[in-house]
Amino acid sequence: MNTAQLDWRESGTGEAVLQVRGACTMQHLPELLARIEALRRTPSQLDLSGLDMLDSAGALVLLRLLDRQRRYRDALARIVDARPAHQALLALVAERVGVEPVPERARSSGREWLIKFGEAASGFAEHAWQLAAFFGTVNLGFWAILTGKRKLRMTSVVHHMERTGLDAVPIVSLLCFLVGAVVAFLSATALRDFGASILTVEIVSVSFLREFGVLLSAILVAGRSGSAFTAEIGSMRSREEIDAIQALALDPIELLVIPRLVALLVMLPVLAFLAMLAGITGGALVGAMALDISPTMFLVRMRDTTELYYLWLGLIKAPVFAFLIACIGCLEGLKVSGSAESVGRHTTSSVVQSIFLVIVFDALFAVLYMQMDL
Amino acid sequence: MTTATQDDVISVRGLGNRFGTQVVHEGLDLDVRRGEVLAVIGGSGAGKSVLLRSIIGLQEPTAGQVQVLGTDLRNAEPAVRAAVERRWGVMFQDGALFSSLTVLENIKVPMIEHQTLPLDLMDELARLKIALVGLPADAAHKVPSQLSGGMRKRAGIARALALDPEILFLDEPTSGLDPLGAAGFDELIVTLKRSLDLTVFLVTHDLDSIFTCCDRVAVLVDRHVVAVDTPARISEHPHPWIQACFRGPRGRSAEHALGLRAQGA
Repeated sequence: MNTAQLDWRESGTGEAVLQVRGACTMQHLPELLARIEALRRTPSQLDLSGLDMLDSAGALVLLRLLDRQRRYRDALARIVDARPAHQALLALVAERVGVEPVPERARSSGREWLIKFGEAASGFAEHAWQLAAFFGTVNLGFWAILTGKRKLRMTSVVHHMERTGLDAVPIVSLLCFLVGAVVAFLSATALRDFGASILTVEIVSVSFLREFGVLLSAILVAGRSGSAFTAEIGSMRSREEIDAIQALALDPIELLVIPRLVALLVMLPVLAFLAMLAGITGGALVGAMALDISPTMFLVRMRDTTELYYLWLGLIKAPVFAFLIACIGCLEGLKVSGSAESVGRHTTSSVVQSIFLVIVFDALFAVLYMQMDL
Repeated sequence: MTTATQDDVISVRGLGNRFGTQVVHEGLDLDVRRGEVLAVIGGSGAGKSVLLRSIIGLQEPTAGQVQVLGTDLRNAEPAVRAAVERRWGVMFQDGALFSSLTVLENIKVPMIEHQTLPLDLMDELARLKIALVGLPADAAHKVPSQLSGGMRKRAGIARALALDPEILFLDEPTSGLDPLGAAGFDELIVTLKRSLDLTVFLVTHDLDSIFTCCDRVAVLVDRHVVAVDTPARISEHPHPWIQACFRGPRGRSAEHALGLRAQGA
């Protein structure tokens, strides 16, 4: 079937009539539009006696050709000699498409920016409010478990401990080992000029005990497990599983949130401790290989210069970070709505928020320790 | 399209499908004629949806041949295959709309991907499809999660109609709808078929749909099509499953309602 041929002819009354022959269908639409473009003037009538095939897209294009102002019902009267089937289709299209023109939403760009800014600001405030409310809800849930009104789901807790803690051990240790080595190298290079390479030991051990061990493991867990919490709970939400839990008179907080939170509260300190060991090992290895600090000397120097309470200063931060990561991961998951895109958006948001808050709280701890002269 | 020849647009010969040891189809033959509404019925798990998926190429059959619009899709060149695929539209059970796009964008997806058209024409065409399937104009800017089940199905049909196909495949169009909504849907199928000159292949187990909107019914029992005929004649068929289905309380009331409607008309 060929694309419609368009030919001009004069009617008896001297009007410009366009004769359409061939096929006017979706398949041939781009060519047809090109031919219409080449016409240069609007026909006053269409003669469809030679038209073979017509579909709804073709019908719409013919109506648009007759009237650029989209008054299709008037245009219909100016179509002549159409087959009954074609006439019926044209009438249907003219009737339906003209019904309710949806107005385009036009905004000036300056105003649009202002609106976006306002939306972002109020969104941020609402977000902070929701997070605070969720912290409260989770604490209430905890209280209910402590007072024995709710059960702690041990199976679920152990399962999540394995997934968020045990499975993360290799990656956390490897990463901290490498960072420990890098820190040792960097400080050794800077200190060598002063003949103080031995201070590398303190730099590595203090930085890992107080900061890096817990910070690196928290960031890794936020990326690894916080995102998993959001995606799991989010896809449950979009498939109405959360609604089902509520309809069965169960509590999503008790069933989904508390086990994940407890698992992280237990496992993040353990991971942080392993991270400290791995980091110091990395530093010691670099010391032995490149700086002539033997492992024995490293340990002796560490015992003499590093306080034990540095370890506690580091580890005490782990439960706080765990609480932040688990709460944000679960809350973002519960906020997912319907679409697949929403799951992705909330997962991204969950990881960004938890890493952000982990670093902010780490900075707060640093200020606090400084004020306490620790 | 208005080529009113009586050729078969879909022809299935000796189709076989098996999943592991479970045989779903064996020696299944079926023809769909141009311009008719053909319903495939059968119990749950009889392989109705698998048959639809085999015809549109989502399921590789283990045996047999499927021809759509005169082309054997399994052995066709990718370009030929793609050309045929653009001549049908499919509505999946729950609409299968893209959840992150609005209804209007959903309908424009096939147009944008397969045809180079000016944007305002595409918008207007998409609005036309929305109006044709009986959705309100303000549904255009809603995302699927904001629509009811029936509206999602209508939007699914609108997307299937985006490229003005010759064949429309519908997978259980009335399942999950209230009786009024289902009746409205049957009407929609008849209207669309008549005005857009479609061939409709629908999978259903709704007896009301069969009596109101179908020209022929194919009964899929025991891994193959046991009978194809008009709804009135198929209900007289002696096969035990057909008798159980059409002579049961639901079948009788559907047929009775049809009789009343015919008297009223």
